[in-house]
Amino acid sequence: MNDGKKNALAAICGLLFAFGLGLGGMTNPLKVQAFLDVLGKWDPSLMFVMGGGIAVGFWAFRAAKRRGHPFLGGSFGWPSSIRIDARLLSGAAIFGVGWGLTGYCPGPALVALGAGRIGAIVAVSSMVLGMLATQAVRRPSSSA
Amino acid sequence: MMGFTPVGSTLGGLVLGVAVSLLILFDGRIAGIAGILGRSFGARGPELSWRLYFLGGLVVGGLLWRLVSPGVLGVPSSTGLGTMAVGGFLVGVGTTLGNGCTSGHGLCGISRLSPRSVVATLVFVATGMLTVAVARGRL
Repeated sequence: MNDGKKNALAAICGLLFAFGLGLGGMTNPLKVQAFLDVLGKWDPSLMFVMGGGIAVGFWAFRAAKRRGHPFLGGSFGWPSSIRIDARLLSGAAIFGVGWGLTGYCPGPALVALGAGRIGAIVAVSSMVLGMLATQAVRRPSSSA
Repeated sequence: MMGFTPVGSTLGGLVLGVAVSLLILFDGRIAGIAGILGRSFGARGPELSWRLYFLGGLVVGGLLWRLVSPGVLGVPSSTGLGTMAVGGFLVGVGTTLGNGCTSGHGLCGISRLSPRSVVATLVFVATGMLTVAVARGRL
């Protein structure tokens, strides 16, 4: 019954997220690659994005864990998997290679797509293909 | 936007933290973009609609950046479209296999002190650094 409020909340959070990503420098693929370029002219700025985000998020997650339900009802969708396995490690490793090649992780790629950047439109299209392909070959039992 | 930007980047991070916090406290959702997008395929009803509203906010936010301050998007990247296609595919595969990206593992996972997310973040930052080092002939 709170679906309308939940949708409005999601839209506001998406907009805020796009604002924060742009403000922090994450939507500039060259800046992202400069952060990853530790052996070149390293730009550590993006560590500050992470630091700022975690400084706020830490308290929110701490509060959330102590609550029974979210403010708009329903339940908390905590991730069920806790294992550090080959799948997590290989997935993260593959993601990092793609991130380094493009300078876009999923959020900034979608923001840049909205801004009409051709590179981001191509990257997001193949990202969706990669997601669907991986979901298709995923064993049905492994509901991580 | 190039060069060291500790203040802007911290402010951007704080805004991201607020967005992540609102979503978890009000609707119990983790603001991991790869998951929000990837799990929208095949989803229905309210489970689909909140995802579309969130993703719509992100995309509209990009349009607003273009109108207000296009410099935030960087100079049009010199990265070829072939590289974008290959790299984008790897991002899709990797985030699906590893159940998360920079926001899901990096921002939300570390915020809730998940060992899985800490490890995933260290791994993708490391392979990202290695990839840039190889691509730029630093090794």
